[in-house]
Amino acid sequence: MSGHSEHDTMTLKLIVWRQKGPSEPGRFETYLARGITDHHSFLEMLDVVNQDLIKEGREPIVFDHDCREGICGTCSQVINGLPHGGQTRTTVCQLHMRKFKDGDTIYIEPWKARAFPVLKDLMVDRGALDTIIQAGGYTSARTGSAPDGNSILISKEDADYAMDAAECIGCGACVAACPNGAAMLFTGAKVSQLAALPQGKVEAAERVNSMLGAMKECGFGNCTNHYECQAACPKGIDVKFIARLNREYLKALVF
Amino acid sequence: MILDGKSPTGPVENTWDKHRFDMKLVNPANKRKYKILVIGTGLAGASAAASLGELGYNVETFCYQDSPRRAHSIASQGGINAAKNYPNDGDSIRRLFYDTVKGGDFRAREADVWRLAQVSNHIIDQCVAQGVPFARDYAGYLDNRSFGGAQVSRTFYARGQTGQQLLLGAYSALSRQIKLGTVKLFPRTEMLDLVLVNGEAKGITIRDLITGEVRNHVGDAVVLCTGGYANVYDLSTMARGASVNANWAAYKKGAYFANPCYTQIHPTCIPQSGDYQSKLTLMSESLRNDGRCWVPKKRGDNRAPGEIPEEDRDYYLERKYPSFGNLAPRDIASRAAKEQCDDGRGVGPGGRGVYLDFADAIERLGEDVIRERYGNLFEMYELITAENGYKVPMRIYPAPHYAMGGLWVDYNLMSNLPGLFVLGEANFSVHGANRLGASALMQGLADGYFVIPYTIANYLTQTTPGMLKEDAMECRASVDAVQDRIDKLLSVKGEKTVAEFHRELGSVMWNNAGMARSEESLTEALEKIPAIRAEFWENLRIPGSGSEINQQLENAGRVADFLEFAELFCKDALNRRESCGGHFRVEFQTAEGEAMRDDENFCYSAAWEYKGDRQEPEMHTEPLTFESVELAVRSYK
Repeated sequence: MSGHSEHDTMTLKLIVWRQKGPSEPGRFETYLARGITDHHSFLEMLDVVNQDLIKEGREPIVFDHDCREGICGTCSQVINGLPHGGQTRTTVCQLHMRKFKDGDTIYIEPWKARAFPVLKDLMVDRGALDTIIQAGGYTSARTGSAPDGNSILISKEDADYAMDAAECIGCGACVAACPNGAAMLFTGAKVSQLAALPQGKVEAAERVNSMLGAMKECGFGNCTNHYECQAACPKGIDVKFIARLNREYLKALVF
Repeated sequence: MILDGKSPTGPVENTWDKHRFDMKLVNPANKRKYKILVIGTGLAGASAAASLGELGYNVETFCYQDSPRRAHSIASQGGINAAKNYPNDGDSIRRLFYDTVKGGDFRAREADVWRLAQVSNHIIDQCVAQGVPFARDYAGYLDNRSFGGAQVSRTFYARGQTGQQLLLGAYSALSRQIKLGTVKLFPRTEMLDLVLVNGEAKGITIRDLITGEVRNHVGDAVVLCTGGYANVYDLSTMARGASVNANWAAYKKGAYFANPCYTQIHPTCIPQSGDYQSKLTLMSESLRNDGRCWVPKKRGDNRAPGEIPEEDRDYYLERKYPSFGNLAPRDIASRAAKEQCDDGRGVGPGGRGVYLDFADAIERLGEDVIRERYGNLFEMYELITAENGYKVPMRIYPAPHYAMGGLWVDYNLMSNLPGLFVLGEANFSVHGANRLGASALMQGLADGYFVIPYTIANYLTQTTPGMLKEDAMECRASVDAVQDRIDKLLSVKGEKTVAEFHRELGSVMWNNAGMARSEESLTEALEKIPAIRAEFWENLRIPGSGSEINQQLENAGRVADFLEFAELFCKDALNRRESCGGHFRVEFQTAEGEAMRDDENFCYSAAWEYKGDRQEPEMHTEPLTFESVELAVRSYK
């Protein structure tokens, strides 16, 4: 599996947030990324920097990552002020260095939100998102009790709408982008997905109440219509799902 | 030793029903007395933990990721098979069973595969009930598409993100149980040892990846849902954190490792672009429903693909396998791609690539239809390669993707160690020597939702709850051993990084034990691997300490195990002097270059027993008998 690149290499200046632990003070440090090509992904560029740091006897930069194909939602960096670097529908791991040029300076920070404490360097604790799902992001379908899949007809329109909402990868970019640190897009996507489907309607009222309750308890803020979440979302989740969340909440109150 | 898989006897179509009735049950009031440890939260783990918690057992579940929703099942794209026969095109449980046995090149246990096919339909129902947004037609019915190795359309899908949607369904069921208090979740923990009491699995030792604490968790049974080992190749389609650690720890405590040489090299991945690369990205097999694979007929034809006229193109899959064409199974499609490239007709950098061309489908159906079917895959392709797959053919090349081999289990999914159950990709059970597309999701969920809830009860009724206490000698010894190894890794203080060692190992494995293997290449690998391992323990550099977040230390532990596992892999490949499925020994092929099985001598699963660090492992065999399908030459021509 050998490959080669015909491209010239770049050198970039990185200004990276370093923080030992949740209660330690953090600071920016400057590093050089050398020998970077167009084909390096952003994380592969950081791999190169980390290899150099280890060779120099310094501690590499800690960052979350796993699948490196844009679906697991683990990677989480604010690049030049924008979660995931601000390219349309792109996670950090899918961001490629062809979007940068030789000599660029790049600022790299962790997600910043009250509900996401920094664990180390660029790694944060997003357990609060799991807490929101645990509060009600499901149908209570017992294993083994389901009727035949085709006994529940779902219009293509509803199925597509639910799928649009279900594409959320739970990365938390919406929270990091929001001036209020709100998780409304994340919560709205799950509430909308299930509310749109007949299987999810039965528990819709209880679900929206519990999930919003958990959201508040976890320290997330509220939506004041900045739409930064939609702009930052690497899966293109639409703010219409926040509107749906509010509608479902209202319905639950009236109901 | 001859192993017994304990398959029920009698007509295969009755085996699971009969067995379900024969197994013992734990009464509802007694279930809460038992604690079950489930390691891994992918499709198998999440579905198992959710279902067991719902039944009333005490469950603890562990994942190395920060959330169970991130397990690598999430990356599966194309779909999940089931024998629903909704399209009325001739499918049945028996046909799914037959296709899977044949697809695996007749190297899997019949009864296990039957059960998989039988429960496949319930999986779809379960997922629909959870709110998984499967694709629907305009009348509101579930839609299907085709996958490799089948002539019926039995694959259910949710755009190109089926694994994600199924995992989120299982994760939602798991989350519900966590809220109800039946399941306790321990994210960012990694299992590094298995604890036995009188030979039975009763506990695990984990490292907390945040604090660095090494500690035990004890229970009455251990369920490993820890995935596959394709990262032994370094570059693969796996998540970077996927490892063989938990399975290797179980192996070193006496669990047999079966058929490690059966690995799947997936035909349609984005080719490698440089040495810095950290991962290879899969392009779903579903693309071969509409994409046609071709290479130029002439060697070294450097014209742009659009300038190469039809008569100068070789649609090699359609030529070689007319009845399955571009939907030939993965092992066959991968080897065919390699064959074209070895012949000097590959395209792209280094000549390691073939075209996957959608021009005909776009002309026939329109770009919108193709976008609707595969939009996210084309998007991903463009992000990585900066090329537009709608305008120019994609370039693809095979890459390591899946492990058919894994820990040996009997029909109850229990390993030879009582109390140790192994589910999903981590076991060896149903895919034989090659897995068909859209079958991994099926297996993970079958094992978790519909098999383990029954079979684990049968074991638990024969045990007394709470046999192992956290202050037991076995627990302390295990914590000490794990801590010792961590200290040893940190104390090497050499010059080379973990990534460098992993790359070296990966290159040996890819070149010597990849798509084609020979006695010579495997013998060479068996000389090189111990040398890399020796250098690893003398020249590794890990900055930082063990009592904090230390990703280099985590990776070092994973690579240390791969360096041992790789040797077993090559020994197994050397032993199997036949070609079958993903295991292609160049010495054993037909005149047309097809795999040549040797049923007389190798119609068995090889299960390896650990005998100590400096001892040769011992091979046990489980003979495979075929009563419902005829052992035949596998042909897709």
